[in-house]
Amino acid sequence: MSIAAKFEIEYLQYLDAEGKQVRDDLPAFAQDLDQMVELYKLMLSTRVFDAKSIALQRTGKLGTYASCLGHEAAHVGIGSAMKPEDVLAPSYREYGAQLYRGVQPREVYMYWGGDERGNDYQNEPARHDFAWSVPIATQCLHAAGSALAFKIRGEKRVAVCTIGDGGSSKGDFYGAINIAGAQNLPMVAVIVNNQWAISVPRKIQSGAPTLAQKGIAAGLYCIQVDGNDIIAVRKAMEDALERARNGEGGSVIEAVTYRLGDHTTADDARRYRGEQEVKDAWAKDPMIRLKNWLVAKKMWDDKKEEAWKAECDDWMDNEVNAYLETKTQPVTAMFDYTFAEIPADLEKQRDLALSLENKAH
Amino acid sequence: MAQITLIEAVTQALAYEMAHDESVVVLGEDVGVNGGVFRATQGLQEKFGELRVLDTPLDETTIAGVTVGLAAQGMKPIAEAQFEGFIYPMMEQIACHAARLRNRTRGRITVPAVFRAPWGGGIRAPEHHSEANEHLFTNIPGLRVVLPSSPARAYGLLLAAIRDPDPVMFFEPKRIYRQYKEEVPDDGEALPLDVCFVLRDGTDVTLVTWGAQVKETLEAADALAAEGISAEVIDVATLTPLDFDTIAESVAKTGRCVIVHEAPKTAGFGAEIAARLAEECMFDLLAPVERVTGFDTHIPLFRLEMKYLPSTERVVEAAKRTLAAS
Repeated sequence: MSIAAKFEIEYLQYLDAEGKQVRDDLPAFAQDLDQMVELYKLMLSTRVFDAKSIALQRTGKLGTYASCLGHEAAHVGIGSAMKPEDVLAPSYREYGAQLYRGVQPREVYMYWGGDERGNDYQNEPARHDFAWSVPIATQCLHAAGSALAFKIRGEKRVAVCTIGDGGSSKGDFYGAINIAGAQNLPMVAVIVNNQWAISVPRKIQSGAPTLAQKGIAAGLYCIQVDGNDIIAVRKAMEDALERARNGEGGSVIEAVTYRLGDHTTADDARRYRGEQEVKDAWAKDPMIRLKNWLVAKKMWDDKKEEAWKAECDDWMDNEVNAYLETKTQPVTAMFDYTFAEIPADLEKQRDLALSLENKAH
Repeated sequence: MAQITLIEAVTQALAYEMAHDESVVVLGEDVGVNGGVFRATQGLQEKFGELRVLDTPLDETTIAGVTVGLAAQGMKPIAEAQFEGFIYPMMEQIACHAARLRNRTRGRITVPAVFRAPWGGGIRAPEHHSEANEHLFTNIPGLRVVLPSSPARAYGLLLAAIRDPDPVMFFEPKRIYRQYKEEVPDDGEALPLDVCFVLRDGTDVTLVTWGAQVKETLEAADALAAEGISAEVIDVATLTPLDFDTIAESVAKTGRCVIVHEAPKTAGFGAEIAARLAEECMFDLLAPVERVTGFDTHIPLFRLEMKYLPSTERVVEAAKRTLAAS
């Protein structure tokens, strides 16, 4: 019998759960230990930020919030590998990547705190990234469209979308990787497989042994990495970005991680998953292995950790204050961005809203 | 100067804008070498290349989502849904992103895109090829919904739609794609997207319509004139945002209104116009507002479709009823 096609999916890991190096061929960025310390610091600040967000929600100062606990290596790995001119199309919990690209914690708080201005990222390069995308997987096609724009204009830029294991079931994801393959678009899709789509486990999403292999059908490069190992995530990203930038094709990266928290603050994961599973997952916490590795290399210690945490706390307090001091937008804001120029008919409704407001005061 | 049909006017507008603005790109199924199944994009790929006139994979969701991505990066994409009946997979991308991004990012990301679709019945097409569902889009904030009804208006309104900084649904009444020809100078002159067009002045009754029904409505006005009844005919053209003032002014003059559309009656866009008349023009009305529409059924397969679509006779009778009422 002849074989029409054959494939295998490589699995990439540099650091095991304890922080022991399992390969000798460290990529160049990982040989720069000062840079690795910077990445660890960003992972830690992401975790401090996340805890602060949950605390804000629990005290009634934030609406529903989607935590990123456990995704720090995956998200910082993605964000730190990208160039400023690239474009990120995230779902709604990729703060580690976004903080790296200039999104401010106060903007995250504003968005989940019920203010559209949170989506109006002020700092480059985040300013030219997409905003959070709640409708699952729809952002994948925005990345494909962005990549097509880069190709049409001959720009050496790459569009990156991130998506969950659940999101990889949706047609928008398949459509995006399909056109990326068909048109050789500079696009990288990262499936951040955290094992749970709210209450539905990974095995119910797909019968495929890896989610990475979905890209094979689209003609893309595919790899599965340990999503709790930032070296593996970033290495896979760097390779994928370089190929895409050089017109050598798009990629699907599956970063295998674990959602250590609830889906959102409105969710209670104890309803559908066992304590032991979560306990086992904590043993693979992305922070532990990188810390152990850096400590062994004498680049980090508990004193530095405490000092940096304190700095992060100050930063977050400052951001929280800025958020809490932000005045609610005027009622007219809901009208003013519906069209570039407000149509006459809508202006009448705007006037009505304004008069109701004035009457209330 | 050449006389052209409505669909040729669409092609002429696309070619004009692509030649004058290199950020304009066309994408869809069969829009490339085949020139579109109705030939709306005939010759464009030859002129502007495979990237600017892009044959996409056969997935409407992909077309719509990629369009959002292109527009967000500063391109002006024109997406084609091959038939209006195939537009449903596009709706999430249109409603959740195209129409919403400006608002939800406070103007940081905008979507200057056009979604074109051959619209409506009456061409003996297979199932799912004859839908009129413009009312599904008129309830989505942030969208413009436009239906041209003549070659000149197709040309001018499509140019305006492409140049508009916000997303526009551009529904082309395929039944009148080749109904007649008229002179349409290729001068790049756009028509306004915020006005109704008064196609015929009258004093006794106002006939309000859009899309392919402009044909039957104008025929009805002729028939009424033969009986001494003067009908004013308004082509709404841009359903949302609606220029209600033009309709209100006309009804203030005639005191009577018949709304004609092809889509089902209940919650069709005629209901919005009738409601606005009740809210704002009640004391100008001499008779109840009439609606002549498709029935609240699926448009039948083609042996029965002409019995579904509003006929000239139904429009004439409705107008006469409004005159009999007072």
